[in-house]
Amino acid sequence: MIQITQLSKKYKGAEDYSVHNLDLAIQEKEVFGLLGPNGAGKTTLISMLSSLLKPTSGSFSIDGLTYHKNNAQLKQLIGIVPQEYALYPSLTAYENLHYFGSMYGLKGNSLKENIQQHLETLGLSQFTHKKIANFSGGMKRRINLIASILHKPKVLFLDEPTVGVDVQSKNVIIDYLKQLNTDGTTILYTSHHLNEAEHFCTRVAIIDLGKIVCKGKPAELIAQQKGAKNLEEIFLSQTGKALRDYA
Amino acid sequence: MHKLWASTYKELLLLTRDLGGLAILFLMPLLLVITITTIQDGTFKTLIESKISILLVDKDKGKVSENIQKNLKGSERFEIILKSDEGEAKNLVQTGKYQLAIIIPENLSNDLNLKISENVEGILEKFGAKEENIPLVKSKLKPKEIKLYFDPATQFSFRNSIKSGIDQMVSKIETQTIYKAFQEELTDDPSEEIFDTEPFLTFTEIVPSEAEKEVIPNSTQHNIPAWTLFAIFFIILPLSINMVKEKNQGTLVRLRTNPVSYTTVLGGKTVIFLSVALIQFALMLLVGVYLFPLIGLPKLDVSGKLPLLFFVAFFAGLAAVGLGLLLGTIAKTQEQSAPFGATFVVILAALGGVWVPVFAMPKFMQVLSNISPMNWGLNAFYDVFLRNVALKELLPEIALLFLFFVATTVISIIYNERKNAV
Repeated sequence: MIQITQLSKKYKGAEDYSVHNLDLAIQEKEVFGLLGPNGAGKTTLISMLSSLLKPTSGSFSIDGLTYHKNNAQLKQLIGIVPQEYALYPSLTAYENLHYFGSMYGLKGNSLKENIQQHLETLGLSQFTHKKIANFSGGMKRRINLIASILHKPKVLFLDEPTVGVDVQSKNVIIDYLKQLNTDGTTILYTSHHLNEAEHFCTRVAIIDLGKIVCKGKPAELIAQQKGAKNLEEIFLSQTGKALRDYA
Repeated sequence: MHKLWASTYKELLLLTRDLGGLAILFLMPLLLVITITTIQDGTFKTLIESKISILLVDKDKGKVSENIQKNLKGSERFEIILKSDEGEAKNLVQTGKYQLAIIIPENLSNDLNLKISENVEGILEKFGAKEENIPLVKSKLKPKEIKLYFDPATQFSFRNSIKSGIDQMVSKIETQTIYKAFQEELTDDPSEEIFDTEPFLTFTEIVPSEAEKEVIPNSTQHNIPAWTLFAIFFIILPLSINMVKEKNQGTLVRLRTNPVSYTTVLGGKTVIFLSVALIQFALMLLVGVYLFPLIGLPKLDVSGKLPLLFFVAFFAGLAAVGLGLLLGTIAKTQEQSAPFGATFVVILAALGGVWVPVFAMPKFMQVLSNISPMNWGLNAFYDVFLRNVALKELLPEIALLFLFFVATTVISIIYNERKNAV
């Protein structure tokens, strides 16, 4: 479904590559977790796959399509849940969703029903006509997710979709993503919640300094490392314990 | 088309959700045009109707100074306050208590009469002489100087206007004295009027216009187009801030991942902000037509001109929106867009002739004013308001405004594409 070949990104003025000669293949209906410390290159990779960043070199295709040749078609195929809320605070939940749904060509009653259904599923139906500015972080995260899946994308990119939300919201989001995956959506997501990734992902890759340091099924990775009990231990053994502050 | 409609509706919602901002968007331009017109109309009336107090120090105490005083008192512009000491008068002007002091020098009357008499006698002698080489009569008197002390805070144009008025008055007195000297030489009867001393050359101000639609320009007719245009161009501020906010909120990033073109996104903004500009314009006209007469300002005459006025406003609005789109595309923060936008509009207005007419600018600035969209818009408005032109004659300015919109929008789209090319 997603084929990445020798993909690299070096920001203007930067000394090092943020993503360097990265090869990765993600199969259809997978839930693929991209894990790594701060500055590892996760967001850069997702941004390139979302058409927000131009790669320095290398290539990728999604369902056989590339942005060069099939820009509109590809954008219709994917859904992107950005790390920021990316919503209009002065508009209501419904108005935001209606607008972003319209950008995918959705309209009329089907869009209306689509919005209502998603709001209901994610426990937000009573806040349909409330302004986003008054929403809590968890509510905004859920609206942020709905805005990206109204058009039923085949591939969904999520950049830390559960960051800064309460446990209840996190559970609702993860359960809904599992449902989407069951319905056929391929998911690529980044997260710092290793426990969440361990249980949610079918496969994960640990990325550090722009390169994949290990990848596989969570259970297999844990089994391969002697004495490791969970994904966090694998993660620390691969990336070290040094702080990764950067600016 | 559906995406354009959705984008337009979203812009409308964003605009109407900020009621304070919306009120400012419509009320501030109205306040601006009312304030400016009241001040300018008031200044005009002050100069014509109310008198300016000026100090006069008469060291001459003769016929000429009496004549100057009489002329000044006869003028509708001045109220004369006599002072005996030049130093005191100078001090009062310097401290800003009075704007002007006139110092009439000693022996002005005597010396002027003597000088003119000498000249007149010399001329008459020359006419009556039989021989060709008669030595010319040369006065040994030094030229007299009327001193004018101006308050340093007075504007250059005010000083020029006063100097020109006094110069005119002194010339008239001098001419009358010459006539009088000739009369005294030529006749012994003072009641006999040999010369008609009234000016032969006068001037009348005529506004060129077609007979059936004569236009008498007033401060409203000048101010409404100029300041309306200024207000219309100020729309680049809320528009660019709106776009910068989208970048900061992350909504523009989301839109870039959606299957929608940047042209469509800009299209929605264009429709809404152009509508705002047209509503602003309509409100300005309503104020000029209905409110101005109620507050003692000249009424705006829009009879028979509304379609052309809205035609010009539409294209001026487009040009302003284009500039706002470009600024919003390039600016990264509100700290960049707001001060730049505000200052740039003021520069464009200055170049466009909103404050100082283009013909009165230095040559270089006149050339620069040709590339200011506000200059094209202002000319188009003056064409309709004051020159009563037809649509055909407006087309060059309209074409320039439209091309400016197209150019700025295309640059915005190309800039965005280059910056975000994948």
